[in-house]
Amino acid sequence: MTAAADVDTLVIGGGLVGLCVAYGLARAGQRVRVLDEGDVAFRAARGNFGLVWVQGKGRDRPDYARWTMASARQWPAFAAELAQRTGVDVALAQPGGLTLCLDDSELAERAAGLRRLRDDLGADYPFDVLDPAQVRALSPHVGPQVRGAIYCPLDGHVSPLRLLRALVQAFESLGGELCTDTRVDELIYRDNGFHVRCGPRWQAASRLVLAAGLGNQRLAPAVGLRAPVQPNRGQILVTERLQPFLRHPTMQVRQTEDGVVQIGDSMEDVGFDDRTSLAQLARIADRAVRCFPLLTDVNIVRTWGALRVMSPDGFPVYQASTQCPGAFVVTCHSGVTLAAQHASVLADWIIGGREPPHMAGFKAERFDVQAA
Amino acid sequence: MFRPLETGAPERAITLTVDGQAVQAREGDTLAIALLNAAIVPFRHTALSGAPRAPLCLMGVCFECLVEVDGRPNVQACMVPAREGMRVRLPRGARPMPASHPDGAPQR
Repeated sequence: MTAAADVDTLVIGGGLVGLCVAYGLARAGQRVRVLDEGDVAFRAARGNFGLVWVQGKGRDRPDYARWTMASARQWPAFAAELAQRTGVDVALAQPGGLTLCLDDSELAERAAGLRRLRDDLGADYPFDVLDPAQVRALSPHVGPQVRGAIYCPLDGHVSPLRLLRALVQAFESLGGELCTDTRVDELIYRDNGFHVRCGPRWQAASRLVLAAGLGNQRLAPAVGLRAPVQPNRGQILVTERLQPFLRHPTMQVRQTEDGVVQIGDSMEDVGFDDRTSLAQLARIADRAVRCFPLLTDVNIVRTWGALRVMSPDGFPVYQASTQCPGAFVVTCHSGVTLAAQHASVLADWIIGGREPPHMAGFKAERFDVQAA
Repeated sequence: MFRPLETGAPERAITLTVDGQAVQAREGDTLAIALLNAAIVPFRHTALSGAPRAPLCLMGVCFECLVEVDGRPNVQACMVPAREGMRVRLPRGARPMPASHPDGAPQR
């Protein structure tokens, strides 16, 4: 356990969350090293759906809606900044998104939820409830089973893999160091510093950011933090390339910049099992075909499962350790949508800036509710 | 380079069309072999970069030999037998969809 600190900050986790924070720190002049477990990790950053999504987020917690909207509004500048630094176009498009509903009660329920959220926010919260004709005017290939939709002009999508690539390149261009196949075996706080053992090698820094997704649960207690996150599986199907027919992404179906149609939205509590299952894939495909009948004969070229990183209430955990000053835990389920905020506001807070407004509610203490 | 096996079985000639042109083939061959025997190369160009593609594995794995067969887009030519009267079209770009967005706006 004898390593001198040669960087300011160690970030554990090289997914979207870790790299956004690391990039933000490096841009502010910090010397940063990212320790990434490698391809044995569950890799939410490589398996996710790629929505930059606002509608429906933050019901019962308006601060989360504010945080989400701020990120969505910041996304165009963030994408432009990454393109300028790296030449990587992350394929951001924010034409507004649709939640297609196949029955009237689902539509009414969603609309009521959003009206409540708008009242809670006491601010502008743009969305429209569309009847089938209005849906067809926006998205002409929806099928006759679609009973209506919620439209939110702030919604969009991005290529998550290009985003990851751009973040790595931008981070490294600023002198950041990304170590892959580097699993953290031991983590100790001593003499105002954090000492991390990866295999036989120790390294140290005065600041530590835990951004290890599902791995945060194991790591956080060592530095006086908690991250009670659990896996939640989503399965995704992708089609062959199709000529453009779908401009507005939906919760379940989006067409990428390269013509591929990505179909998803299943939620399963199956532990650390990231395989696919025929029953779920069939259900997902069936719903997609009911929403867009023209997909009926299209070839599926790939399917996969991936694990979401879910806290008990689904909202993020952002917390600085009081026991071990300099340690932070950052974990969330919407690493794509929140990327713009993580790379700026959140990184500034970690360096020592003001705690972002609306963030007080995202500490792990909220889970300490006494059982009745 | 390749010669058909001498099986002794009688060969029967069939005719299919490729982009409207008549092409002679042997019954029993896969569509991919029939097209290669007729010196039709490349089969297609990729949707994004326009790179030319022709069969690689001939056993259903590589998906390079996709063509349109009797109106069905992106069929693996190595996995279907050539048949009398088959209408084959070589693909241009991504799989066609019924109509683009009415406002004509690109997807992004």
